[in-house]
Amino acid sequence: MRRRDFLKIAGLGFISGLFLSSVSFSFKPTRRVRWGITIDVLQCKKNRDCKVCIEACHEIHNVPDVPDPKEKVMWIWTSTFEKAFENELGPLVKETRGSDPVLLLCNHCENPPCVKVCPTGATWKREDGIVMMDYHRCIGCRYCMAACPYGSRSFNWKDNRRYIKKLNYDFPVRTKGVVEKCNLCEERISKNLLPRCVEACPYGALTFGNLNDFQSSPSRLLRERLSIVRKPHLGTLPNVFYLL
Amino acid sequence: MKRVYDGKKIITGLVLFLAAFTSPFWYNTVFGTFDYVPELKVEKNGKECVKRTSYMKTNHMVLLRFWRDEVVRSGKRIYKKEDGTEIEMSLSGTCLKCHKNKEEFCDRCHGYLGKAPRCWSCHNVPREAKK
Repeated sequence: MRRRDFLKIAGLGFISGLFLSSVSFSFKPTRRVRWGITIDVLQCKKNRDCKVCIEACHEIHNVPDVPDPKEKVMWIWTSTFEKAFENELGPLVKETRGSDPVLLLCNHCENPPCVKVCPTGATWKREDGIVMMDYHRCIGCRYCMAACPYGSRSFNWKDNRRYIKKLNYDFPVRTKGVVEKCNLCEERISKNLLPRCVEACPYGALTFGNLNDFQSSPSRLLRERLSIVRKPHLGTLPNVFYLL
Repeated sequence: MKRVYDGKKIITGLVLFLAAFTSPFWYNTVFGTFDYVPELKVEKNGKECVKRTSYMKTNHMVLLRFWRDEVVRSGKRIYKKEDGTEIEMSLSGTCLKCHKNKEEFCDRCHGYLGKAPRCWSCHNVPREAKK
């Protein structure tokens, strides 16, 4: 083969390779659904003692109200601005707004550390972004609790059935020795209902929707207003956004 | 044959042990309860079961495990029966809505076999099924 022919063929191969790779890249399927929640911090501040969403969630999911603070089980709870956004706020803001109430729940991270450490696959990330728990597979090793930087997971140290005030017969309880957390109302989403906390909020402080959908209410709000997520430097990419 | 030291004691002990060990069998033979089979209260409530009875008798746990994995792992909640009707894959919501008497349906057989399923440590027995 002559040098000239070799260069011709090599060049042709290079160009067609470029073309093919660009085509395959553009046909890469993108995830259709990415569930997300926005929480309006200002609304929660205005109604400081409001616990409607927490009570509503814990009621339908049979979350026990354990009196011992060390053994508390929480799917959604409140903390202060200062504690929830330790590294994100400047010192002066901490003085003025540090004690504002902030609603906390599982962030359903894009890059969930709890999923990585689970040895049994009992927790995993669904296609639509929900970080799910399979209580059948959980062996209670609590690696996920150690890995979660947001404290979103609770352990059942004992049979907590007795601490459930009013049992919702349509939802299971959790047995002793498993870790539990918010499931983003997966059982309601499958029936086209909003998560209970979003639905229950009397002030419309919470919105829920598909972040990949340009028209959904959270993506509209995220375009219009400033938002922060918890501990962004960890790279977990939360799907719960706090509107400022 | 060599003499067994303390043979009398040992043999008596062995006979007593075997008699005690097999006593449940003797008890049942004497009282005629040897071929007792628990009688289940099957409430159909006018509906056909998910699969035919012979399959459910031997393989209900296979079906339940399949349902569990489908709902929890794959997020699929609807099961298509052989006759084409669709039902929700749910232990508390579907199975126990028909078989309302858990004590005389599930527990009676499981208790007889000494096989305690772990379903009920989390799953609820629907209110109307509690009698």
